Formats: sequence, structure tokens, C-alpha cells
Amino acid sequence: MTSDTTHLAPLFARMTGDEKHEWAAASTLDVLWVLYDRVLDVAPDRVDDPDRDRFLLSKGHGPMAFYAVLADKGFIDASILDTWTDFGSILGQHPDRTLVPGVEIGSGSLGHGLPIAVGQAFGLRAQGRSARVFVLIGDGELDEGSNHEAIAVAGRHGLDHLTVIVIDNDNADHGWPGGIAARFAVENWATATVDGRDHDAIHAALTADHPGRPLVVVADVRKG
Amino acid sequence: MTSVDLRTMREAFAEHLTEALDQDPRVALVLAAISRGLFERPSRDYPDRVVNVGIREQAMIGVAGGLALTGFRPVVHTYGPFLVERPYEQLKLDLGHQGVGAVLVSVGASYDNPAMGRTHQAPADVALFDTLPGWTVHVPGHPDEVGPLLAGAIAGDDRVYLRLSARSNARPLPVTGEFVPLKHGSLGTVVAVGPTLDNVLAATEGVDVSVLYTPTIRPFDSAGLRAAVDSTAPNVLVVEPYLRGTSAAQVADALADVPHRQRSIGVRRDLEVHAYGTPEQHDEIHGLDAAGIAKTLRELLGY
Repeated sequence: MTSDTTHLAPLFARMTGDEKHEWAAASTLDVLWVLYDRVLDVAPDRVDDPDRDRFLLSKGHGPMAFYAVLADKGFIDASILDTWTDFGSILGQHPDRTLVPGVEIGSGSLGHGLPIAVGQAFGLRAQGRSARVFVLIGDGELDEGSNHEAIAVAGRHGLDHLTVIVIDNDNADHGWPGGIAARFAVENWATATVDGRDHDAIHAALTADHPGRPLVVVADVRKG
Repeated sequence: MTSVDLRTMREAFAEHLTEALDQDPRVALVLAAISRGLFERPSRDYPDRVVNVGIREQAMIGVAGGLALTGFRPVVHTYGPFLVERPYEQLKLDLGHQGVGAVLVSVGASYDNPAMGRTHQAPADVALFDTLPGWTVHVPGHPDEVGPLLAGAIAGDDRVYLRLSARSNARPLPVTGEFVPLKHGSLGTVVAVGPTLDNVLAATEGVDVSVLYTPTIRPFDSAGLRAAVDSTAPNVLVVEPYLRGTSAAQVADALADVPHRQRSIGVRRDLEVHAYGTPEQHDEIHGLDAAGIAKTLRELLGY
């Protein structure tokens, strides 16, 4: 297990004022870092490049880790973090794609990112592009029925440039008997379940081949 | 309103959209099972831009948003209630909030086939689009008006709703985006939207009023209405084939500095009609038949 996200803590603190607790507890932090540091083919000077990979933060609440990563990678100036949630700031408690460079969707209401990602995967495939679409959702968000519509559509159509990351912090009120991965596997998805704090494991899962099928990576960040 | 047997609006839509799919690689179609039989050939030819998601209308709008974000011009089609009411939040967020557009094409209208009952009726659709910014709304009154309206919609990148109906006027009229004056009078102005025109013309025969026709109700042609009202007594009747009074606020805005009276005819808001039968029988209940329009007009004009 590796942990090389400590340099993000001061960025996180510019929004929350807390360097010690909240940033390390952010459930999405490690997955976001691995995506932007080692997986995604994106760059601040290519935010409109049609061949860029797409990352969709569907779980839009608590986006501080996302903003910290975007600042670290140069998509936004770190000083903007100080304006977080101010009127006129580009950064709010839910991201707005029309305001923030490099943010692919506005999110906050649960269950919208995955259906949009499916549409992007169809569009990129129709254009013959090799770009990939990654969408991050939460295990609680998975409750939304719109996700299950999209899981079925993506599986039946074999959208192999689509990857869903489910951050599993045991948030769903009624749980997922049989495991989250099983909900995807039955719809012809490739699946992996990893320790959501283990960067090498996350990286290996996100970069595994899954020809002819979409991929779900369940990142377990349950406490204790 | 009479029924058209030769070619329906839905068939005209399929024909023109198939041509657009053949000619413009930017055009995509998202279906939710409904009407898939009308698009079998293009769905074979363009499997990634003619997408049938099955009976999954939330995903249908999300997929359209994703296609638009990758540069396509998505056309989305199913029955009105399932296109507009069920995925209303997807229209708000997956299209509007993302800053992308799509062309939504519905069938069923307010009560095209009352034998199917309330579940397949969407008289509130246009009113719902009025709650979201930036939507153009077309309500064609004849199958021949569908082609030019669809072509104009596809050529843009904004958000467009095209409301098809099995009801039709006897003759098509040119599509201009503006209110078209069809007759001039002095007692008031009647605006007929889409397939209500034939009943409006029957109701106003021999009555000294102006009649305007439009198959495009949003954006609302305020200048066209104002020009017509300036040459009549300031009495306005709007006849719409969907929820009564949907355009009442637009009329009030257009005539904000003119003392005026207005009445609205459309699908009643005060009751759900638990009845099957024919569209003509439902026209009568809502006052959308020629006799009902004439009655409201007499009340407004006092003749």
C-alpha cells in the first residue's frame, strides 16, 4: 500500500481549513489521485481535445479532493481554491462543467453521471476514437434506478471504453447483498474489487484489459 | 382537427430523420423501444449513433446528453409522457445544466388515442418546458410541416421539442417561426397553435376577427401578436392543443403596456378525464372543438 497524497493536504485546507482529518478521510482521494497521476490521458492544455479521456465525477458532493487534484495538475490555479463557494467563484459544493476547466460534467444530483458516460462511450465509438470514459459513483448513489438502466445498456452494447469506479464506503442504507460487482457482472461487465487506498491495486485494476465489455472497479474504502 | 390516413407525422419524422442520418454524420438517434421498427435500416447501418436503450427513459436522456458532449446532434424519441415527464430531471440536468442540446420528438400529444387512457397523455409537456430555459417548442399542424421543422432543429445545437400528433389540419402552411396572419378582422385576435387551426377556422367563419397560425410556440412571437392586436380590438384568444393557458403569461408579457382581455382554450386543468373514446369526444370536453371555440369567442367578444 502506498500513500503519496500528502502534498494535496494544503490544497484541501485552502477550502476546508482542515489539514489533518478531512482530506485523509475523503473517500475519493486515492482513486482520484491515481486516475489523474497515472491513468487518464488528459492535460490542462487539452481540455477540448476530442481524443482526451473523459473523467466524470458523478458523485458530485464533497468535491474538495477533486478540486485539489485539478489544482495540483494545473487545470485550475491553486489560488482559486481560496474562493471556494463564494458568489462568483468557479468552485462550489457541487462542480459545474460550464465553470471549471477540465470538469466534464456538472454533478450533485445522484445517478446522472453513468447514463451520460454511456452516451459519451457511444459517441466516441461512433467516431472511431480510442479515448476512454471513466465515471466515479458511490455505493449509495448506486441506489438510483437510472444507474441500473445505464448498467444494462452499457453491458448489452459491449461498451469496452467505459469504466465505472464505485467508491464503496458502506453508505447505501440497504447495502448490496452479494456484493456490488455482482450487479454489474450479470450485465456482462468485467469486474474488479480492490482496496480503495492501495494505489498500485487501483492502478492495476483501472488499466486491465476488458475487450468487448465495460469494466467496473469497486474501490473498498470502508472504515475498519 | 381531422385524422390523416396517408402519411402521419410520425412517418414523416421517420422519413426525414432517416435522410438526415444518411447525410449528416453528426446526427444521432436515441430510442427507447418505441418506433424502433421505423428505423431498422439506419439502426443496422449506424449501430453507434442509432441507439435503442430499451424501455429506459432516464438513461435515454442521459445517453443523449453524453452524445451531445461528444459532438453529436442527438434526436430523442418516444411517447410524450415518457420523453418529458418521467425523465424531467434528466432534461434539466443532463441537457440544460451541462450546456448541451438535443432534439426531442414526441408522439401521442395530449390525447391522440384516448383508448389508451391517461398514461399515454401528456397535455402538460409544453408547460414543463416553460420551466426550463432555452427550449424551442414546435407543434406542427400537418405532416408536411414536420420535415422543415425537423431540418431546422437538427441544423442548430440548442434544445428543441417537436411535438408530433396524429391530429392534423387539412392543409399544411409554410413554416416561418413567426405567427402567420390568415385572416383580418376588427373585434379581436385568435391564435391557433398547430393542429387546432381547422377548428379555429370553422369557429371563426363569418366572425369579424383576425386569425394567426403558428406551428412554433416557443420562442413566443410577441412582435407578431402585438402587430396583430394593434389592428384589432385588444381581445386575444389563444387556442392550444395542450394544457389550457400554457401561453397566457407570454400573451400578458407581449401586451404588458396595452389594456387587453385574454382567454385561453386548451386541455382543462381542473379535472382528469377518466374516459376512453375518440379524440373528438375529448375535444368537446375541453372546449377544443369548433363549437367550444365559438362559445368561448362569443363570451370574450360579447356578440
